[in-house]
Amino acid sequence: MITIFGVPSAALFGQLLIGLINGSFYALLSLGLAVIFGMLNIINFAHGAQYMLGAVAAFLLLQFTGIGYWPALIIAPLIVGAFGIVIERTFLQWLYKLDHLYGLLLTFGLALIIEGVARNYLGSAGLPYALPESLRGGQNLGFMFLPNYRAWVIVVSLVICFGTWYAIERTRLGAYLRAATENPTLVRAFGINVPVMITLTYGFGVALAAFAGVMAAPIYNVSPQMGAELIIVVFAVVVIGGMGSILGAIVTGFGLGIVEGLTKVFFPEASNTVIFVIMAIVLLVRPAGLFGRGT
Amino acid sequence: MQATSSPVAAGPVTVRQPSLLQRQGELIGFVVMVVALIIAPFFTYPLFLMQAMCFALFACAFNLLIGYVGLLSFGHALYFGWASYLSAHAAKVWGFNPEFAILTGTLTAAVCGFLAGSLAIRRQGIYFAMITLALAQMMYFVALRMKFTGGEDGIQAVPRGYLFGFINLNNETTMYVFVMVVFLAGFLLIYRIIHSPFGEVLKAIRENEPRAISLGYKTDRYKLIAFVLSATLAGVAGSTKAITLQIASLTDVNWPMSGEVVLMTLVGGLGTIFGPVVGAFVILAMQFKLSSVGEWVLVIQGVIFVTVVLLFRRGIVGEIAALFRR
Repeated sequence: MITIFGVPSAALFGQLLIGLINGSFYALLSLGLAVIFGMLNIINFAHGAQYMLGAVAAFLLLQFTGIGYWPALIIAPLIVGAFGIVIERTFLQWLYKLDHLYGLLLTFGLALIIEGVARNYLGSAGLPYALPESLRGGQNLGFMFLPNYRAWVIVVSLVICFGTWYAIERTRLGAYLRAATENPTLVRAFGINVPVMITLTYGFGVALAAFAGVMAAPIYNVSPQMGAELIIVVFAVVVIGGMGSILGAIVTGFGLGIVEGLTKVFFPEASNTVIFVIMAIVLLVRPAGLFGRGT
Repeated sequence: MQATSSPVAAGPVTVRQPSLLQRQGELIGFVVMVVALIIAPFFTYPLFLMQAMCFALFACAFNLLIGYVGLLSFGHALYFGWASYLSAHAAKVWGFNPEFAILTGTLTAAVCGFLAGSLAIRRQGIYFAMITLALAQMMYFVALRMKFTGGEDGIQAVPRGYLFGFINLNNETTMYVFVMVVFLAGFLLIYRIIHSPFGEVLKAIRENEPRAISLGYKTDRYKLIAFVLSATLAGVAGSTKAITLQIASLTDVNWPMSGEVVLMTLVGGLGTIFGPVVGAFVILAMQFKLSSVGEWVLVIQGVIFVTVVLLFRRGIVGEIAALFRR
């Protein structure tokens, strides 16, 4: 068997793959956080809970209506995104003029409510979600075994991430969005309905989290607390990358996933903390974050 | 985000020169609080009250940061929890007297506060909250891994021991008096800090940091000192809690605890002197009454968060103070 630095290459590539999968979720979630923060000036603490809702929605769709993975990949984000729009209209819209902290506190409260309700109805144990028929099995690449579903998750995350980047940085709608982030009053004066744009942005960010949740459902079990710990890691990812750049969020997300995977191979006991340690180092060396501008 | 850290909009803008009326109000409030704490054990469980006083001190320490410097730390469980672990370990394994056990825990919190604070103050606003939360989560994983913390079991059956070697804290009344003295001392210290020239600079940073910098204050240094003070006092609360309830566990160091202290302070009133105390008693009483509904406590806490942020940003004490000012 081939070994690299004394580690069997199969284990190394296996952990790298897990790292890439985790990295996909970090990238998708930090991207959503960055988009929401750009428009709403709110750090969406409920992002993890909304990711969990995506997985739960997929689970419930399968359980009660027999709707499978492929339609759920579209329907679940739509449902959760619509729920996000309701949240924005009922709660968040009153906070834009206040300090950022209140947005964090309110969405933290929402996260508690969502997680609490989910725990009451689903219990704390994880619920299994079967892999879709068409993505079972895997490829033998010679140096490692690549399950089809994992490959699918990585490819789709990359497509979604770069699609979002393209939509924001290269299209007309994206230009409106960036302009409204810089100066909402002026953009309104040009006849663009900024409040609707803000609402839809939040809906989109939430739908993105739910989409990640549906993709995560077959890999991790569906459980009410799946989002809570993930969101804290994603916060660290956001601090490292800075929220100023979409591309930065994507690169940081995938990069940190890989670093975490490698840590699992070489120092397994540090794998939970490595991202936080990197955050501390980045704060010492580059306080503004790797891709950050200003504060 | 611009460099202008906007002030915490909710707190009533403090009157520059504390009026006689305000000073009187604070004095009356303090007397009422002390009297209430003395007679309360005759009406309700002393253990509950002791726990509530520990959490009240924790919330006051947290409020020193959010209410007077405008810094939201979302990771105060780190200082509370780790102080609680070290104090429990010192009392149980090293056989320290309670006062030295508490001192050990407090020093731990101070060191953690210095390290985490030095990192966190490098970023402002919302990033500050995320950094403190992430660092606290890191130390939660460390606590989960380390042997001496007992993992899921925590450190149980911590001996209360003899204060200064001769005062038996296993007696419920002595324990109560001790916790009350610690709480009131911490409370008065925070009051003193807030009303000192140092505290005035902190408020200036809260209101307008660039301006404070332009006046020549090294605001980073002030923020760090305030952070360490807050962490240290949270450590006093955590250590005392470990001795009083005779347990230190993962609950104390995990993120929901950080959220809980935010909730207590918010409900009582950010930037008010008595707010955190009132908030701590209200939230703990609520948890105590609702212990039968299980997971719904989480939902109720969430609902309180949302309601307070949307409708009563000044909190209980803040709203009452606003009524009097009218």
